[in-house]
Amino acid sequence: MKIYLKYDINVVCRKVLEEQLEKLNLQYNILGMSELELKTNLYNGQQEHLNKALKEYGIEIVENQKSALVQKIKDTISEIVHLEDKLPNAKISSYLAEKLHHSYGYLANLFSEITFTSIENYVIMQKIERAKQLLTIDQLTLTEIAYKLNYSSVAHLSNQFKKTTGLTPSAFQRIINKRRNATLS
Amino acid sequence: MTVQQPPLNILLADDDEDDRLLFKDAFDEIKIKTNVHMVNDGVQLMHYLNNPDQNLPDIVFLDLNMPLKNGFECLAEIRGAKRLKDISIAIYSTSGSEEDIEETFVKGANVYIKKPNDFAILKKILGEVITINWQYHTSGLNRDTFLLSL
Repeated sequence: MKIYLKYDINVVCRKVLEEQLEKLNLQYNILGMSELELKTNLYNGQQEHLNKALKEYGIEIVENQKSALVQKIKDTISEIVHLEDKLPNAKISSYLAEKLHHSYGYLANLFSEITFTSIENYVIMQKIERAKQLLTIDQLTLTEIAYKLNYSSVAHLSNQFKKTTGLTPSAFQRIINKRRNATLS
Repeated sequence: MTVQQPPLNILLADDDEDDRLLFKDAFDEIKIKTNVHMVNDGVQLMHYLNNPDQNLPDIVFLDLNMPLKNGFECLAEIRGAKRLKDISIAIYSTSGSEEDIEETFVKGANVYIKKPNDFAILKKILGEVITINWQYHTSGLNRDTFLLSL
């Protein structure tokens, strides 16, 4: 005997997703054919489970692979900016491309798509983060900070600081010191 | 399949209805997904935040001049409460005086927005604030030194 089937692929997919997500106790909204929203972030272990469970049905999580690469870009930038005593002179773009085995163009596009900012802006943000730390915790002078972070001059550092935070380095330092004194007294 | 980040939760406290609509419009046009909740004054704001069952916002936009309880008072209360310490606070005001700005920062605000008259500029500024706050949120940056004046 032959039976003829007619099926709705949307319903099938939705059902599979619902079953698998519920198995993992995840709260979700199915937004459409290929998109769903999770109400909470996934733990590392959960993510692996979900990947595995869905793969059985030929469903693959796209964003997470991209997110994983974006995380690697962020980690690499953090390493360069925060862990080295002095920033290397080499260009961050070529360093990223070499370390992550992708062209810089690809990495840059992906990064903007996922994080809503460019790699260049992210690097500036991280450098200013480090500058804040050197300024308020290590109490270094702007000259020392400019040297460590590879700024061509103190003026360049000051301008970028002001552009990023809206405050001059000295106003910033004054505010943080006042805050500290307020919590101490 | 794409899995999205949970949306950014925004709480807006402003007594002016036009302002509230303007902010809502601006948030709607930003690429980052947001959930926006609005309250009309400082008393409502603190009532909302102090409800232990409430999901806390990631960022609060606070009008400095509000009836019943003004922005300065709310700021002091929020920064005095341990449970609320992870919330970013963005103050906005028509005043751009250096003293006001510095005082709000010293008292624990993260962002100070001098309210522009032009809607397009406001939208751009709010977009920047949300994006930067999102970076702090997703990149583990130090919130203790998160200061932004616009």
